[in-house]
Amino acid sequence: MQRKFTLGLTLGILAASISLSSLVFAQTATDEIAKYREMIADGNPSELYEVAGEDLWKTPAGPKNATLEKCDLGLGPGVVKGAAAQLPRYFKDTNKVQDLESRLMTCMQKLQGRNPQEMVDAPFQKGPKKDMEAIVAYVVTLSKGDKIKVSTNHPKEKEMYELGKRAFYFQGGPMDFSCASCHGEDGKRIRLQDLPNLTTQKGAALGWGYWPAYRVSSGQFWTMQQRLNDCYRQQRFPFPIYASDLTIALSMYMAKNANGGTVETPGLKR
Amino acid sequence: MKIMNIKSLLVIGVFALVSVATQSSVIAQQANDPKFNKMMKDGFRAEGIAGLDRIQQDETQKFCSDPVFAGSVKGQAMREKIQKINMDSIKQPSDGKYIGDWKKGEAIAQSGRGATWTDKADTPIGGGCYNCHQIDKKEISYGTIGPTLWNYGKLRGNSQELIVYTWNRINNSKAYNACSNMPRFAHFKLLNEQQIQDLMALLLDPASPVNQ
Repeated sequence: MQRKFTLGLTLGILAASISLSSLVFAQTATDEIAKYREMIADGNPSELYEVAGEDLWKTPAGPKNATLEKCDLGLGPGVVKGAAAQLPRYFKDTNKVQDLESRLMTCMQKLQGRNPQEMVDAPFQKGPKKDMEAIVAYVVTLSKGDKIKVSTNHPKEKEMYELGKRAFYFQGGPMDFSCASCHGEDGKRIRLQDLPNLTTQKGAALGWGYWPAYRVSSGQFWTMQQRLNDCYRQQRFPFPIYASDLTIALSMYMAKNANGGTVETPGLKR
Repeated sequence: MKIMNIKSLLVIGVFALVSVATQSSVIAQQANDPKFNKMMKDGFRAEGIAGLDRIQQDETQKFCSDPVFAGSVKGQAMREKIQKINMDSIKQPSDGKYIGDWKKGEAIAQSGRGATWTDKADTPIGGGCYNCHQIDKKEISYGTIGPTLWNYGKLRGNSQELIVYTWNRINNSKAYNACSNMPRFAHFKLLNEQQIQDLMALLLDPASPVNQ
């Protein structure tokens, strides 16, 4: 409660300082946002999701009334620490390259007997997706500070990377946009929002390394799938299907490009 | 039967090779990849006004989705072809009027709304110009993907040539630069004629704040 109030107050001050800064210059507003991030860095509201996620991880649920504690995120059953830093990756049991969310769906299906289609169909921030978001917050927090280390050694990983690269440059929709329209050059902005160049290591680390994140503007914790979904909405594309190969391929492209960067998740975003 | 099959496969194989080779000597764009096509097809569903037709690429989009080729020396002929297609699609104003109301133009330039799946079919579509361009200096929240347009008319004058160029550029930027990042506002009917006239005024009217 106290924290919520402080957050609200800080937000108010931020809003006021941004509108005041219309007298000043653009750079100043960007600085204000950076300052604001610093101010609440010790109290990222993602912590609330993370706590709920840990609970969901350890509490029996689903038709099989089982926990997720034996879930294999790539480092062996039950190993959560450091796992998110190495995703997406190839999984032998599904014979697929999976990102964190599609892998969690596999665990929910196999261990708990939950129907993955229900997860795909649910709107973000509601029903089963709400559980997913909390679990994601829990898992990614346990990779915070690790180096991003994604492999393309397996042929399917390599293939996924190449498919993702091609998707990144795929133009469509009534505005001819692709991911590259905004994220293919250094030092660009939309309005005051800095755009990382996701085709470079530095830019990809800034993008991939800070998502999933708590989004101040919406007051919600957003997974990478939701982040990608909103990119496509703004690109004026149709709706990307949750956990589709397309979304995993794009993640593979970004994650591999970001290799060597630091996992800063859960991030804190505008 | 088996031998027949192998033979016909061979024939198809040779035919495919020849057609790929012929094609590549003409355009040499990145190869069609069935796996990629399937991934894209299975990757999206229609939502609201955003139908699956939006991922059916036209020639310009297809060409520009392969930036390595599109920017290469080999891609030069195709770039020119794409520019011509887009240039030919531009219509000059039906009432002969190029300059509208800069105040309305400013509002259109400010709005980045419309055409997403969370918009309705009748949501007015903005030009989203400030997303990428500096225009009136008083607006500090502007993007940098496109060049600054501050003092656009003041610096360039108002010759008929410049007026037509500016009209064309807003209508269909790909007429001058095949893979320009700027949307083709008239081509996809994002903006109507009057809205474009108003944006023209924002850039070219000597009374517009842009030219002070």
